[in-house]
Amino acid sequence: MTQNQSQTSTSTASKKISNYITMIVLIVVALSIVSLILAGNAFFAGGNSLTAGFLAIIGVIALTMSVFTLYQSRRQMAQMKIEVPKVMTTIECKCGSKTVREFQRGDYVYKDVDVPCPKCPNSKQIITAIYKEIKEKEKTYNV
Amino acid sequence: MSLITGGDAITQVLSLLTYVFFIVMIFYGQRIQMYVMIREVENSLHKLKFIKEEGRKAAIEAIKEIGKPTADPSARVDRYLEYFTIGPQSMDPAGIVYKLDHILDVRDSRLKDEVKLMAPACDDVQVNNLENTLEAAMALNFIYKVIRHYYIQGKKTLSLYVIMQIQMILPMVMKEAEAYASALKAFAYGQPIGDGAGPLVAAKLMHGYEVRKLPKDCVMATVPFEGRTALIIKAEGPGGNVGKPGDSVEAVIEENEGKIGMVIMIDAGLKLEGEKVGEVAEGIGAAIGGPGVDQFKIEEKLTKYHIPINAIIVKEDIGDAVSPMRKEINDAVDPVIERLKNVILERTKEGDKIIIVGVGNSIGVGQ
Repeated sequence: MTQNQSQTSTSTASKKISNYITMIVLIVVALSIVSLILAGNAFFAGGNSLTAGFLAIIGVIALTMSVFTLYQSRRQMAQMKIEVPKVMTTIECKCGSKTVREFQRGDYVYKDVDVPCPKCPNSKQIITAIYKEIKEKEKTYNV
Repeated sequence: MSLITGGDAITQVLSLLTYVFFIVMIFYGQRIQMYVMIREVENSLHKLKFIKEEGRKAAIEAIKEIGKPTADPSARVDRYLEYFTIGPQSMDPAGIVYKLDHILDVRDSRLKDEVKLMAPACDDVQVNNLENTLEAAMALNFIYKVIRHYYIQGKKTLSLYVIMQIQMILPMVMKEAEAYASALKAFAYGQPIGDGAGPLVAAKLMHGYEVRKLPKDCVMATVPFEGRTALIIKAEGPGGNVGKPGDSVEAVIEENEGKIGMVIMIDAGLKLEGEKVGEVAEGIGAAIGGPGVDQFKIEEKLTKYHIPINAIIVKEDIGDAVSPMRKEINDAVDPVIERLKNVILERTKEGDKIIIVGVGNSIGVGQ
């Protein structure tokens, strides 16, 4: 059985965003909507473009900030998981043939494997390496 | 009503807000800064709590799966996670190394006995792996509790400096916690970890030769190497085990009456930011971490017989050291052997006996 599939585990508690943050965000969203409505009223009804402009700016900034806060909270929750990397096992034969497969429980380096070599069925194969591969490149800072 | 003379209502409100902002910042600036820091620590604390809980769950699952316990091991695991070790008194430091050595031996055997009780169906290799898994869970539990302590203390005292201390080291603490979290599965499954770079090199050199046991969970093989006799030592694998290389080197030097041309130690070394993972570097001294007992014993014996000591390290960070071995570290084995050959050819004579020690955790590495 392959034990080491790429899997992530996340607790149910971590899936929901804090009620405190949600409440603040909802209040700010409501206020920003009110501010935008007032801006519209001021512009179309009274013709006070300066007041309308200020209210519109306040409304847009508040709305943007609340969306950003919500996004940040979601990202933090998404980060709260333990990544299990994919680990590979390299099996080699004396004849030089090499097989790479996923790690299986019980594998260790220099273990004799019962699986016959595809090229020379009579020789014994051994595990020569077990490693994880990291696909994402490390950030370089040019210094 | 006009609050500030001159200008329209909006300008007046904005001016008033500016004044209020300045006054608030003058009196409460530091407090606001502290609340921001507390919030940051709180977020990390939530993450640490999650990681700690995952660690505990992983350990219990591994015990249930491998050890086939008759009763639920959760209560025992919780007790295990709270174990502590009291270091020896250092007011009179003479002989402290051997006192520490004794305490570490007692701790090790006690923890192994606990694992055997929790998981009766395990063989020695699995006991070592489970012990390593539980130690990683224990480390996560400890980190969480220390951060929680400072967080609550900071909130209780409302002291900026208490919170600041923990906030400043938080990125490093989180990195370490994440490293232990990724180590949990590696230990439970018996996968080689980055710290196993030394044993991996030793295993490659000794593979195919007769192996004999040395004191405290180490093995040795006598291998002809570039016209010299290499006595290769590593912790016994494939179970999670670092052995006691100090005792092994001491025993081998005494067996050979001090007639050793050189000791070379191969270990994983912490890299600085900007250095590449798997980079190989060479130096002088006993390359071995831990509490210092093994390093002390090796240095003492080397000094007694005037034996030169060289070290080769494979660079990696703390996260790489305790998580499944990266390909770059695995690929560093051949460059390390090349360096080893150069050091031996340049610094020893033909026919000399050389001790090569692969230092580190042998989990997932046979011999």
